[in-house]
Amino acid sequence: MSPAASEPATTVFSRGLWKDNPVFVQVLGMCPVLAVTNTVMNSLVMGLATSFVLVASAIIVSLSRRVIPKQVRIASYILIIATFVTMADYIIQAVSLEIHRALGAFISLIVVNCIILGRAEAFSSRNPVFRSVMDAVGMGAGFTVAIVALGTIRELLGSGTWMGLPVFGPSFEPWVVMVLPGGAFFVLGLLLLLVNLIGVEK
Amino acid sequence: MSAPNAINPPAETSSGRMILVMGAVGLAASLLLVGTYRLTAPRIAANRAAYLQASLSSVVDGADRFVALIPGEAGWVSGEDVPGGSRVFFGYAQDSLVGLAVEAAGQGYQDIIRILYGFDVTCGCVVGMTVLESKETPGLGDKIEKDPVFLANFKRLVVRQEGEPVSPVLVPRGQKTQDWEIDAISGATVSSQAITDILAASTPGLLDALERLGQPAPPVDSPAEDTP
Repeated sequence: MSPAASEPATTVFSRGLWKDNPVFVQVLGMCPVLAVTNTVMNSLVMGLATSFVLVASAIIVSLSRRVIPKQVRIASYILIIATFVTMADYIIQAVSLEIHRALGAFISLIVVNCIILGRAEAFSSRNPVFRSVMDAVGMGAGFTVAIVALGTIRELLGSGTWMGLPVFGPSFEPWVVMVLPGGAFFVLGLLLLLVNLIGVEK
Repeated sequence: MSAPNAINPPAETSSGRMILVMGAVGLAASLLLVGTYRLTAPRIAANRAAYLQASLSSVVDGADRFVALIPGEAGWVSGEDVPGGSRVFFGYAQDSLVGLAVEAAGQGYQDIIRILYGFDVTCGCVVGMTVLESKETPGLGDKIEKDPVFLANFKRLVVRQEGEPVSPVLVPRGQKTQDWEIDAISGATVSSQAITDILAASTPGLLDALERLGQPAPPVDSPAEDTP
């Protein structure tokens, strides 16, 4: 998974967006992808919170890569990630209590999102800060785009709205299944099919 | 793929160094958390207060201030420092009591549902209900928060008749004929029943406390005096 050191930073960034997209290609972090994508706003906030944790932990892990002994690296990474997740939790509560209520336990569960620990272990712990940040931003953007895509389809069909704004008018009969967990599986499956048809290299 | 760590095992590291590094990471983490907490705490407290205030105003019309109390052995005692869950908010307009907002909670379909309901002492009825916290299924159970027909049940839900408590009863949608009946939400019967049960469990205690302790004296300081 670790790229060649000569790879340009722009390629490091764009891999997360498309070629190694954490949701559509690596199929990681499925817990929030399936659970909080019932609305676009929830998806967007979850994507931004995860990106914040990805980038912040990438900086610290990369900076301390020569200091942290290999034997305690996973414990240290988890501690670093958990710190930034808790910070994100406080910040979301300070910005909007309503969104915090909607996301519930899934904010805390960012700690165990394997995209973050995976990037810390596979990339940030072996690369300088700038490249680690580019990788984290790319992965965060790829994750955010993916879950906002799921949120858009589910909110449009399940509630007839986008970001809470009515789209289809009062005569639209919402597809209730789309806001239920089953709808998340259907939409994810269809998007995976679409991405594979377009021809992402596995 | 270069994986030198797989080929060369990590060099021996002393336990002291590992403890030192972990301790340093822990210390830095705590400092960051304390800093973030101190920065965000006032805003979070303000958000919570604004949310509670909006919820209180949505279930008790016309009150310009609320006093949080809990029933004690010999009288109403202050509930300002009591964690949420069982407080009774007495709503006043000037010095006259206009209504009560009562916290209550119970098991829903997914998790505990916390609600706030308005209570009119004169008619002995619930006059409003809002959900403070719920994890009910989006699209189904969460209709208890926004279904207009369901919420209309709580505009005037009788829980006391001729001095005796009356338990609210859930009936299928469209079959409500009595003032103490609640029209269920189709497809969210468990969540509708949960709200009914929460009210059925909470209102007798409230009626008992009001009968036993009476109404508290209105707050001495008027809102005008509160402002510096």
